[in-house]
Amino acid sequence: MKAETINKLKISAKAAKYDVSCASSGSNRPNSGKGIGNASPWGICHSFTQDGRCISLMKLMLTNHCIYDCAYCANRKSNDIERTTFTVKEVVDLTIEFYRRNYIEGLFLSSGVIKNPDYTMERMVRVAKDLRTKQNYNGYIHLKSIPGASDDLQQQAGLYADRLSVNIEIATENNLKILAPDKNFKSILTPMNTIKSKIIENKEERKKFRHAPRFTPAGQSTQLIVGATPDSDKHILNLAGDLYNSKNLKRVYYSGFIPVNSYDKRLPALIEPPLKRENRLYQADWLFRFYNYSIDEIVNDEHPDLDLEIDPKLSYALRNPWMFPIDINKANYETILRVPGIGVLSAKKIILARRYSKLNLSNLKKIGVVLKRAKYFITCNELKAHTINELLPKNVRKILLSEKSIVKKSSNNAHKQLSLFTVN
Amino acid sequence: MNIFIYDHTFEGLITAIHDALESNITPDKIISTKAFQDDLFATKHYISTNYERFETIWNKVKEKSNEQNCQRIFKAYLSEMSDIEIVIHNYIKLILETPYNVEVNFSEDSVIKLNNMQMKVGREAQRILMFVRFQKTVDNIYYASFDPKYNVIPLTVNHFRNRFADQKWVIFDTRRKFGYYYDLENVREITIGKQKVDFTSGKVNDDVLHVSEKLFQKLWKSYYDTINIKERKNMKVHMQFLPKRFWKFLPEKDFKMKYELN
Ligand code: SF4
Repeated sequence: MKAETINKLKISAKAAKYDVSCASSGSNRPNSGKGIGNASPWGICHSFTQDGRCISLMKLMLTNHCIYDCAYCANRKSNDIERTTFTVKEVVDLTIEFYRRNYIEGLFLSSGVIKNPDYTMERMVRVAKDLRTKQNYNGYIHLKSIPGASDDLQQQAGLYADRLSVNIEIATENNLKILAPDKNFKSILTPMNTIKSKIIENKEERKKFRHAPRFTPAGQSTQLIVGATPDSDKHILNLAGDLYNSKNLKRVYYSGFIPVNSYDKRLPALIEPPLKRENRLYQADWLFRFYNYSIDEIVNDEHPDLDLEIDPKLSYALRNPWMFPIDINKANYETILRVPGIGVLSAKKIILARRYSKLNLSNLKKIGVVLKRAKYFITCNELKAHTINELLPKNVRKILLSEKSIVKKSSNNAHKQLSLFTVN
Repeated sequence: MNIFIYDHTFEGLITAIHDALESNITPDKIISTKAFQDDLFATKHYISTNYERFETIWNKVKEKSNEQNCQRIFKAYLSEMSDIEIVIHNYIKLILETPYNVEVNFSEDSVIKLNNMQMKVGREAQRILMFVRFQKTVDNIYYASFDPKYNVIPLTVNHFRNRFADQKWVIFDTRRKFGYYYDLENVREITIGKQKVDFTSGKVNDDVLHVSEKLFQKLWKSYYDTINIKERKNMKVHMQFLPKRFWKFLPEKDFKMKYELN
């Protein structure tokens, strides 16, 4: 490895950094014999960027040359920027050396499209293959599939990688065509479907042959850019919901649009990237995946966009005062989860602890409930206090907004991933 | 006032708890010899570790609750908090005296305290997995310093042994002055002299550093600096996730490191 690699690394990392996915979770690859590395199911962050995003994988572009011209991308062919191409060996060596020093959990490899999709994808697959077979490496590998690459290459990619992704980027097909003339939904959904059916096939096979090689054990993911087009949160979340259900996606990432090509008038001029909105989308995503909310309860025709001032769970509670206050000592788990200020962990503890004695406010506080928010929505073994019904939703909103801590808390929630990301 | 004094080992502590429970004395303090300062007016009970007594009670706890719960107790002990002995005593007493399972009764004080403590310890151990940085030395050993708030390095040894099975490594606790060395076969406890490692910065001396080591630190720092998206900068969140106390061990936070080519 030579010192010039620093330059290549900088160009490549700069080109890859707008892909927000960095999760290393969901896989469980033991270190076979005496090789290097393993993938832990919950993922590990190894550092954090200045905006608190977790750095888990080394994100690189094999090359930032590209024959396409997507309006939202820094690497589009019409941009006059420094370009570089890694050799397969360079990426393999960097991954191993960083991994051995515990800098990273693994590699996230994407690439601009050079020559044609197959040629590009083939080189990416070679990186993964060399890592697994020559280096005996069992750490995490995420490959970004190149739309248009052959089924055979997708298949190989899935055998070496823990996760594959195909980014949709733009949530409506028309807008996608305007911004990325070389792409359409079909070219994106086709590889997604291929990956999905191969995952299902593989699960069946592994039921029969326990030692059959695994196909993308951490599943597939995608990314949606928000704020580059006028699509509503309702549209975005419904698309995400559909991807989770019909394509079995493990994760949908939302990436607040950052204008990298401000000269392109097809894109909106933003004063600042819509990071708050991005954060609210993650919270909403969390609610329908882990808190048993339906998407319709979060966004609907009446409320097509998420409230930026308050989180979607509180927003739902304020719009549905009829279901409160709930009795902490009687309500079921799902209902308790709907109380603002109570997360999964506290809800579980409440269910366990109330078997022994009726819980009061001080018990709840010790359990970890954020009483400042929860108190308007509950009753417990305590004198009756003013709840949302006496105070009215609009006043509860005012009170909670005026308490600085709430604002701080929600901004702190920005871009948390994995277990760090909880909605109270 | 009853003070139980044990020998700073976990087995010693459990022996002390055994004796307190057997003799029906409620201890006001259980303290290790290291932390103990003589108290003229107290009744002092000096306990010497006894494996039989340790096992009697430890097995009872295992039977009444489960293995996982024993792990929790051990983790809480690693916190080294000044009153953790009493918390553990009360917790074990509660478990043994209650006819049903109490370890999830979060309205009990000792249950909440023990659980909170063991969670903090678990979180600190997790941070070792996250923020440990190995430096490669001339003899191909990957060395890392850390100074954890709690005594958690023992909890992380298995993780590193599994993950880095094909490289020799050392993880050294610069606060407690001991560490672990993996020699490709076994892991053993070691101590290290000051002449090879600067305990404040955690850095290995230049003369024992592998020739390529500095290059990889620079590569990593340049990578870290490049992937930053300035439009998204939010230092408050940054500091919350990456508290300053860890920075000294992270090459990416070494502001003196230069990596520009000349
Ligand atoms: S295909 Fe589009 S998004 Fe991907 S690198 Fe090329 S220009 Fe950028």
